[in-house]
Parts: sequence; structure tokens; C-alpha cells
Amino acid sequence: MTTLSLDHVSRWFGNVVAVNDITMTIGPGVTGLLGPNGAGKSTLINMMGGFLAPSTGTVTLDGRPVWRNEEIYRHIGIVPEREAMYDFLTGREFVVANAELHGLGDEAARKALATVEMEYAQDRKIATYSKGMRQRVKMASALVHEPSLLLLDEPFNGMDPRQRMQLMGLLRKMGDEGRTVLFSSHILEEVEQLARHIEVVVAGRHAASGDYRKIRRLMTDRPHRYLVRSSDDRALAAALIADPSTSGIEVDHAEGALRVQAVDFGRFTTLLPKVARDHGIRLLTVSPSDESLESVFSYLVAA
Amino acid sequence: MYDPTVARLTYRALLGRRRALILGALPLLLIVISVAVRALSGADDQTAADVLGGFALATMVPIIGVIAGTGAIGPEIDDGSVVYLLAKPLKRPAIIFTKLIVAIAVTMVFSAVPTMIAGLILNGNGQQIAVAYTVAALVASIAYSALFLLLGTVSRHAVVFGLVYALVWEALFGSLVPGARTLSVQQWALAVAHKVAGGDLVTSEVGLTTAVVLLVAVTVLATWYAGQKLRSLKLAGEE
Ligand SMILES: Nc1ncnc2c1ncn2[C@@H]1O[C@H](COP(=O)(O)OP(=O)(O)OP(=O)(O)O)[C@@H](O)[C@H]1O
Ligand SMILES: [Mg+2]
Repeated sequence: MTTLSLDHVSRWFGNVVAVNDITMTIGPGVTGLLGPNGAGKSTLINMMGGFLAPSTGTVTLDGRPVWRNEEIYRHIGIVPEREAMYDFLTGREFVVANAELHGLGDEAARKALATVEMEYAQDRKIATYSKGMRQRVKMASALVHEPSLLLLDEPFNGMDPRQRMQLMGLLRKMGDEGRTVLFSSHILEEVEQLARHIEVVVAGRHAASGDYRKIRRLMTDRPHRYLVRSSDDRALAAALIADPSTSGIEVDHAEGALRVQAVDFGRFTTLLPKVARDHGIRLLTVSPSDESLESVFSYLVAA
Repeated sequence: MYDPTVARLTYRALLGRRRALILGALPLLLIVISVAVRALSGADDQTAADVLGGFALATMVPIIGVIAGTGAIGPEIDDGSVVYLLAKPLKRPAIIFTKLIVAIAVTMVFSAVPTMIAGLILNGNGQQIAVAYTVAALVASIAYSALFLLLGTVSRHAVVFGLVYALVWEALFGSLVPGARTLSVQQWALAVAHKVAGGDLVTSEVGLTTAVVLLVAVTVLATWYAGQKLRSLKLAGEE
């Protein structure tokens, strides 16, 4: 059992608050750290990995402090976000060096390279690797000592679908083995495919926490706004407002369009084309007006 | 303390193709100058002392020291790859100590060896001048490596600061402003060299005891402090 605990952790850089009073516990299994760009995911992971001191609060692994405690790395494996590694080495040399630094030998390195399926390119210089290959070699370097806590910052960045599937399988397996795996991402679909548990961070704050169903519900069971243009806006508005899935309609004269607020996302998406067809109205534009992830997240924070 | 894996990674980084070229350029220049001087004006003790003191010890050794000392850790911190060393159960001072040994070895090889060769070319080690300056280069290599390794640990602009120190302080002030000479690795190394050569061709502004005490103190303190700095090195995000 490996449990990572954050207790009222904040971190600021000058007057930028990157992480704002976050308390969370990460237990065995796969946890996704979800948040838009600049949310503070990397700052959090750096503090979890002992590479950055919290401005206030504490980070502990099974009760032991993480900051300024190098012995903790016997239990932690890290896949950093940054690309830089020892580019002048071959993949194999790099992973072997990482194993040696843990007091392990070639065998541990060989196993880790096999786990990430990188043997075929292990004798090439890292400088010649693609992003996905780098990512996998980083992964191998983090696995050599079979850590009980694995921290990955945006591990799927730059991977093609096949590599993504492979890494997801690997992380899932590690979670099933009882290891504590935490990865960050700004893509909800990615997180919910893999993580049993999701922690959402927005603008430095802990916005939500729960399984993917709960997060999905928080994100979808809310008013959706659409911008609709049609051959007869008036008639369309009258027909839509009669249905309970529509909670509000405004005529935007400047845009020459309707602003529709739908409460039941699923029902509304089937209703709209049906109503249009029944009334002989042609739909010219239907665009979600706030579907960006940021607005989804800001909704979460407000909730 | 000494970690062979850290050492190997550091050697590979320092002796990569581009850096090795820079490290080799000044020694090559020294040898070329020495051959030219010898050919033009024959063997002369004073000339030999001038070339070794004015170029080898005052300019070449500190610059090699800057490249090797800051290069042993600075680039890793800048690009973030140091995380692979830090994410290991390694004592931070052990990482610094190992990198110091590597920086010293590289500085010695690229500065003391060419100094010896240049001295032999210039006057065939007459009056022990080649040996004296070689010893000075060896001694200076240790202190410079420690100082510049610390600089590489604490500053992102270590190379610039290091070169300013090496060129402005050691080469210029060191020979013009009397007070600055006491606080100069070059003068401390010269004090040791004077002891080796005897005579008055190799002289220093400071006495041997002062020089040795300061050399040891600077090396030990700089190394200790770099170890402390690495212990609390904060790795921030990309920006
Ligand atoms: N070293 C630093 N100095 C100043 N500000 C910083 C530093 N590191 C991070 N920040 C700021 O802290 C906030 C959080 O950054 P962080 O890198 O943790 O976000 P992130 O969620 O990882 O974003 P991304 O998805 O882009 O990787 C941002 O506003 C960022 O500008
Ligand atoms: Mg990030």
C-alpha cells in the first residue's frame, strides 16, 4: 500500500499562485490529474516528486516527507514532462545508467526496455528518437527499480494511437498490481479511458474529485449553450421552447442567430433536427458556444 | 562519495564533440605560439616564463576551468535532465563531489599537459620553468573547478559570469590592481609554482602559506556549498 498525501499544499511563483491550498490523497490504482493548460498540474507533480518545495503545506508518501529526502526515490518513479534527457547516449545506455544509479544492473535495464517495447531501437542515440520513443525510454528509466509510486507528467503527449494504447495497457497493469500511478493530462477522454479515479485541477484549485462517471456527470449535466442559425429563427424558437430539454432561448439580433440553452444534452441533440424537419425549417449553423475545455472547467469550479 | 555512473555521464557530456573542440582549441593555440616563439627567438627563460605565465596560466587555465567546471553540471540543470540524477537515492553532495573530480581531471588534462609540452618546447624546462607552471596549472585546476562547478549549480548564466571572472578579474585586474591579486587563484597557484622553481622568474603576490590555506578553503567551501544548493534545487516547469 502506497499512499501519497497532500495536506493544504500551495505553491506560488512571485505573485502567481500556481497551486492553491490543495488537499488530496492518492492511493493504489491509476489516478488521472486533469486540468487545462496552466492549471498547475506540473507544479503539483514536481512537488509530489520532491523537486519543488511547497510554499505552504506538506507532501508525504506513507507518512514520510518527500522534499529533501533522497531515500524516497527507492519508491518513486518519475516521467517528467520536459523532453531533455541525455541525448548523446543510446536508449540502452540511458536506461542502464538509471538502473546503476539505483544500485541495479543491466538485467533491470533490459527488463524495463522490454516492458516498453523499445529493444528494437535501444542501440540508437536518443537524439534520433521520435517524441513517442523518448517518452517510452523515459518510462523505462522510471520503471527500472519497480517503484510503488509512479508519477507521469503528460505521458501521452506526442504518442501515436498505437503507442498510446500500449502505454495505457502498461499503466493499467501497474495499477492492477497495486502500484500507485498518477498521470496528468488536459484531455478528458484520455483520462477517463484509463483512470479509475480523477482529480480535477483548475487555475491552481482542486475543482473536483471522483470516478469518471461522477466527473462526466458534473461536466455534462449542466446547461449547454448553442448558437443556432436557421431559415426561420422565430418558428424554430417557438417550437424548441415548448420542450423541457430547452431551458432558455434568446434572439441575438447582432449575430442574426438564436442562443439556445439546453439542460438535457442527450435529448436536445435529437430534438433539434427533429423539430426542424417537422416544421420545414432548414438549420444553417449549430455550434456549441462554450464547448471549450476551459469553460467546462470554469463551470466545475463555480459549482 | 564517488559515483562511477555519475562520473561516466559527466565525462560523456563534457567530452561531447562540440565541447571537446572548444576545450582543445586553446591548448592547441598555446602549442602553436610556443613553437613560433621558439623558432623566432630561440630558447629564452624569460620568454618562456612570459608565455606560460601570461597566456597559459592567466588565460588558458581559467577558461578551461570555466568550460569544464560549469559544463559538468550547468547544462543538465538548464535543460532539466538533472532530474534523472535527482530522482535517485543518491546523496546530493556525492553528485557534486563526483562532478568535481571529473571537472578537475578534465581541466588538468586540457591545461596542465599542454602547459608542460609548451614549456618543454619553449626552453626545455630550463630553470624548472615548465615544471613550475605545470604544477601551477594543476593546483589552479582544482580551485577553478570547484569555483565554477558552484557557479554552474547556482546560476543559469554561469559561463558568462565565469568568463568575466576569468578574463576580467584574473587576467586584467589580477595584473593591474594590487588588492585583487591577493584574491586570485592565479596568484595562489603561482605561490606554489615559485616554491617549485625557486629563483625570481616565477613569482607571486602572496606567500605560500596564505596561498595554500586559501586554495584549500575555497575548494572545500565551494564544494560544500554546491552540495547544499543541489539539495534544495527546485525544478520548475518549462516556464
Ligand atoms: N518557475 C515558474 N515561475 C513562474 N511561474 C511559474 C513557474 N512554473 C509554473 N508557473 C506558473 O504556474 C502556473 C501553473 O503552471 P504549471 O506548469 O504547473 O501548469 P500545467 O497544468 O502543468 O500546464 P500545462 O498543461 O501547460 O503543462 C502557470 O500559470 C505558470 O505560468
Ligand atoms: Mg505541465
